[in-house]
Amino acid sequence: MSSDALSPSLDVRVNDFSIQIATVNGSGSQTANNVLMRSIFQMGVPVSGKNLFPSNIAGLPTWFTIRASAQGYTARRATNEMLILMNPETAKEDVQKADGGCLVIYDEPLKLEGLRNDLVYCPVPFQKIVTACCPEPKLHKLVKNMIYVGVTCFLLNIEPEEAKKAIAKQLKGKAKAIEINVAAIEAGFLWAKENIKNPSPLKVVRDNKTLGKIIVDGNEASAIGCMFAGVTVLAWYPITPASSLSESLIDYLEEYRKTPDGKSTYAVVQMEDELASAGAVLGAGWAGARSMTTTSGPGISLMSEFIGLGYFSEIPGVFFNVARTGPSTGLPTRTMQGDIDICAKCSHGDTLHINLYPGNMQECFEFAYQSFDLAERFQTPIFVVSDLDLGMQNWMSDPFSYPDKPYDRGKVLNQQQLSEIKEFARYRDVDNDGIPYRSLPGTPGGKGAYFTRGSGHNDRALYSEKPEDYVALVDRLKRKYYSAKSFVPKPILRGNGSDSGIIAFGSSDPAVIEAQDELGRMGRKVDYMRLRALPFTSEVDEFIKSKKMIYVVEQNRDGQMAGLFKEAYPADAAKFISILHYNGLALDAQSIVNEIVSKS
Amino acid sequence: MSNAPTASSVPPSNKLGLTKQDYVGSKSTLCAGCGHDSITAQLINAAWEMNIDATRVAKLSGIGCSSKTPAYFFNQAWGFNAVHGRMPSVATGASMANRNLINIGVSGDGDSMSIGLGQLCHMIRRNVPIVYIIEDNGVYGLTKGQFSATADKGSVLKYGSINSLEPIDPVTLAIELGCGFVARSFSGNPKQMNAILKAAFAYEGTSIIDIVSPCVTFNNHDSSTKSYKNIKDHEMPLHELGFVAFNELENVEIPAGESKTVSFPDGSKVTFRNIHENYDPTDAVAATKLIKESLSKNELLTGLLYIRPGSPDFNKVLNLVDEPLATLDLQALKPSPQVLSEIMESLT
Ligand SMILES: Cc1ncc(C[n+]2csc(CCOP(=O)(O)OP(=O)(O)O)c2C)c(N)n1
Ligand code: SF4
Ligand SMILES: [Mg+2]
Repeated sequence: MSSDALSPSLDVRVNDFSIQIATVNGSGSQTANNVLMRSIFQMGVPVSGKNLFPSNIAGLPTWFTIRASAQGYTARRATNEMLILMNPETAKEDVQKADGGCLVIYDEPLKLEGLRNDLVYCPVPFQKIVTACCPEPKLHKLVKNMIYVGVTCFLLNIEPEEAKKAIAKQLKGKAKAIEINVAAIEAGFLWAKENIKNPSPLKVVRDNKTLGKIIVDGNEASAIGCMFAGVTVLAWYPITPASSLSESLIDYLEEYRKTPDGKSTYAVVQMEDELASAGAVLGAGWAGARSMTTTSGPGISLMSEFIGLGYFSEIPGVFFNVARTGPSTGLPTRTMQGDIDICAKCSHGDTLHINLYPGNMQECFEFAYQSFDLAERFQTPIFVVSDLDLGMQNWMSDPFSYPDKPYDRGKVLNQQQLSEIKEFARYRDVDNDGIPYRSLPGTPGGKGAYFTRGSGHNDRALYSEKPEDYVALVDRLKRKYYSAKSFVPKPILRGNGSDSGIIAFGSSDPAVIEAQDELGRMGRKVDYMRLRALPFTSEVDEFIKSKKMIYVVEQNRDGQMAGLFKEAYPADAAKFISILHYNGLALDAQSIVNEIVSKS
Repeated sequence: MSNAPTASSVPPSNKLGLTKQDYVGSKSTLCAGCGHDSITAQLINAAWEMNIDATRVAKLSGIGCSSKTPAYFFNQAWGFNAVHGRMPSVATGASMANRNLINIGVSGDGDSMSIGLGQLCHMIRRNVPIVYIIEDNGVYGLTKGQFSATADKGSVLKYGSINSLEPIDPVTLAIELGCGFVARSFSGNPKQMNAILKAAFAYEGTSIIDIVSPCVTFNNHDSSTKSYKNIKDHEMPLHELGFVAFNELENVEIPAGESKTVSFPDGSKVTFRNIHENYDPTDAVAATKLIKESLSKNELLTGLLYIRPGSPDFNKVLNLVDEPLATLDLQALKPSPQVLSEIMESLT
């Protein structure tokens, strides 16, 4: 039946292909997909995985894409060389949409082979195989997924031992479950060996490019960063795709941040909504904690009144925005860089916020660590803006190095220091950097006592409606914001000498790197600057000045970041050309290349 | 605000060596006669008498005339005038950050019963340690006299509009939510306020104190149900309250006889000499029933309506270390390089 299934005419691709797996949400396929991804990783081949899931607990279609790339490219590819179709609901459509020449593995009864004649079909009798290898009928639905892992291992030349190792890691300690799944992998492998005669054009060949690397998602990476940063108060409210940051952090805190007698060096509270999360972050920051919250767009909207209070009354706090597709509920399980504007200037009145844009796993970790220093140094809410693609997808990364830098707790006067100064004025710009000194509630002696308010105040924190006091205050806040230029992460430059450039940030990075390489191969050299923070630093000024034409690549409809550039660099406004991507899918290199070519 | 000493006498000091003057704040900017100022005065008296260390106090409030008052007491304390209705979350954060703080929340009926109702409920549910005062005038004073959600049905605004909706009653709500210290008082009843505030200072956890506090500018006319006159006519003190702090037990004779005593874990005691027959302040159902019955008879029951000492406050539930989280240092907060290696190993 399948002996002639694989046509030898297909292009051979070694360590360079994408597989898409279509399943039903909640069917347990996630474990199988991760095992497959890990197996390729363990074969030493760079890999990335993307889960395209619905906003649903069980029953709706979900797709998982695995990309292997010898060159180490990790962005989503728009084309796939292999499909595994387990979902009867979408199988026909998936076949219709498949790229020509694609290898299609599917559940035999779906009978897809007649739909198109430019694909290579490989029907697999999943039910028959699972019935033979798994004695427990109620587990069949779950275990079927592991059979496609076995079949794929055979097809791609992945050593089945690697898949077994991966399953053991995934199901750590659950001996019975491991046994059942290993049997399924073996059964799938054996079936393929006996029934698929022609070699597959896609191959995994052992390499050493993943040696010492880790696989992690951005939310977990940030959680680890927060734990090492000494977060003391986490106030949060669940929302996809940010929840797993808090949930992962809670696990790490419970494991590593208790005293020997079992007491907690942190407080975690799931608040009643995001308004309350923001309020608790500010209350805690005001009282001296390293406080944070995690949320996504709808939560940021709710928090915006408090963020203005934090900005105006100068209270530290870290706000993680793991962005999703908005506005409103939007596409809650899809990615977007759509909150650039709201986080840059969140709240009413004149507000400017320090923003960090991590672009990879190491930065998800490091910026989380650094954000607490910035919050306390500048006594203000800090936004760490990532997105679903960074936060929830699995990425390969170098391991994180220990952050040796001690904490920067900012300008806090203790009892002793307070007693040595003549007068404590909470909002006085003593050092001429826009940053005043603060005291923590409860500091003995009472000399540091002051009144925090969102209404107008003078430098002694006393109520004031005087025009000159107000202007002095907001002008100082602006100076303070710009003094952060020398503290925030500088941009990363890639390539130099071209008079055209690309600016991108955050999760766009892998696709932009790949696009830049591709453009180079096409003879169009462009330089690339990856922005990592607001306010813009002097390196950003230089890059913009040095270019005649700048493509601003971002994942939103309105070119929000390009707008910030045009506002900050009005004389250069004509240089900025937006390359926009906003369909909810992770950015891919090919569409950037196409757009740049068409716009130049 | 403080009791002016006679010309010759030295002002008396409390156990911390502080005079009442040490507990005052800036000059009030509220309307002359505003009930809120009387509450401020009683806070100063109660704190002085209770030897409260003001430098450990966090004064927290929302927005409103009532919420301005933390500026008018305890100059040596830190104040935080937050956003309208959302002070409970700020208090929750501050309390977790520094468990040694003595939290005093001052709010209004608009602040707590409308925009901030959700946060108030959740703060009570968590039993955040705070003395939470609702200065209740039935109107939004600061925005010039609109009805609030505690306005009684049928009450008439200064310019004629009538409230046709049922009020939300903070005290029955707090009891329903499981609050272990629920009181109501009247800004014209200094003695009762004083006893309630002192007991609240001794209580661990959330104490909710609804103090009817007439707005002389917008809600003190004859057709208002929250005017001085109307409240004076309808107030029904439930009991005569006595409060004895744990460190004063020896000096004070606890009245015997028909009075009831409730002890706090630290040894402090509140005594209730009943005016109302058979009232048990530790019975939530009975308390709710009596409050509702009185309201339907157009009486305003005041006193310490419900008390249940002993529930662990939120910081105890969180099992926090003894030292405030705010002052923990790097040693306590930053896991070792070995921990990072261990985590990295698990991710390979
Ligand atoms: C978000 C927001 N909405 C509206 C207001 C306007 N506002 C200020 S005080 C207030 C009502 C205060 O009423 P209450 O809490 O009863 O205090 P009172 O002035 O009566 O003591 C309102 C609506 C505000 N400050 N913030
Ligand atoms: S308006 Fe009413 S509540 Fe406000 S200060 Fe005046 S009397 Fe008091
Ligand atoms: Mg009011």
